[in-house]
Amino acid sequence: MRVVYFLLTVSFIGMIAMSFHQRSSGATEEPGKDKAASQKAFAAVYKVLMSPRCMNCHPAGDAPLQGDDSHPHMQNVQRGPEGKGVYALKCTNCHQPQNTSGEHMPPGNPKWALPPADRKMVFQGRSPRQLAAQLLDPRLNGGRTKEQLIEHVTSDTLVLWGWHPGDGRTLPPLNHAEFARQFKRWIDKGAYLPDK
Amino acid sequence: MVTLTVNQKEYQVDASPDMPLLWVLRDILGLTGTKFGCGMALCGACTVHLNGEAVRSCVTLLNRAAGQQIITIEGLSPDNSHPLQRAWIQADVPQCGYCQSGQIMSAAVLLRENPHPTDKDIDDAMTGNICRCGTYPRIRKAIHLAAQLQEGGV
Repeated sequence: MRVVYFLLTVSFIGMIAMSFHQRSSGATEEPGKDKAASQKAFAAVYKVLMSPRCMNCHPAGDAPLQGDDSHPHMQNVQRGPEGKGVYALKCTNCHQPQNTSGEHMPPGNPKWALPPADRKMVFQGRSPRQLAAQLLDPRLNGGRTKEQLIEHVTSDTLVLWGWHPGDGRTLPPLNHAEFARQFKRWIDKGAYLPDK
Repeated sequence: MVTLTVNQKEYQVDASPDMPLLWVLRDILGLTGTKFGCGMALCGACTVHLNGEAVRSCVTLLNRAAGQQIITIEGLSPDNSHPLQRAWIQADVPQCGYCQSGQIMSAAVLLRENPHPTDKDIDDAMTGNICRCGTYPRIRKAIHLAAQLQEGGV
């Protein structure tokens, strides 16, 4: 009988040890998760987020960016504490609730603004790994859960503006439906960070 | 007909809702102190106040302004006594004068939100208002002077 107890104990400890080993090495994944598929989906998402239509309002500095070359906004426009500009140079002084028609005219949206100064949500200069980690961190993403992130990129009007940017502006490299699909896939497959 | 309140006076305007506010002010209401510069929100000559904010009236459509409070340079004060208007005269700011109503309307927002602006504050607020004559040093001087006048309550 002692022998049986001994064998049961050894096999139980062995199973626990094997379980820890597999988890730490990533050799197995939860059902439905797929690191390679998740990372591949984020690679597609990253190209969109770093396109001028998205990145120009997620600058590393405190000036919004303009144009496909992402140059600093003319007129020395500043972020301001709330991301809405300062004094006589507030965003909505020129940017209307809709795009103003014609090339080089101010684009517009009811929510036109930068992220606020205390939560800048910088895209510019971020590596894929850095940006993915930032997007997932509720302290840095506006307190959003993964589900809320999917909802945000799927239906937020300012996100959608990127695909209706007004005359003369290039579009992101994926259409919006495909972008939202890849974003959801990144999350659904495990929200893995890229390697770099 | 669109109801528009300009300088505390109500107007019924027969114009398309997508007409730029600047056209309404100048061509329909005859308030020609506000100027057309670029028509692209780049120069600031057309600056007026919409609910207290210094909007570019050349790209602000009538339907955004309907039912809101509009103030133009003609309504900044009843008798040209606003501290900025007095400071502008005292510092002899204008040269050709074309941009100056827009300059003053932008400066008014700055002084309301920051009664003691530094040179940097003035730059941050005013670089969107272009002056072809280059009166910028006098504009800066006049804004500092207006801040003193405003503080003194005179």
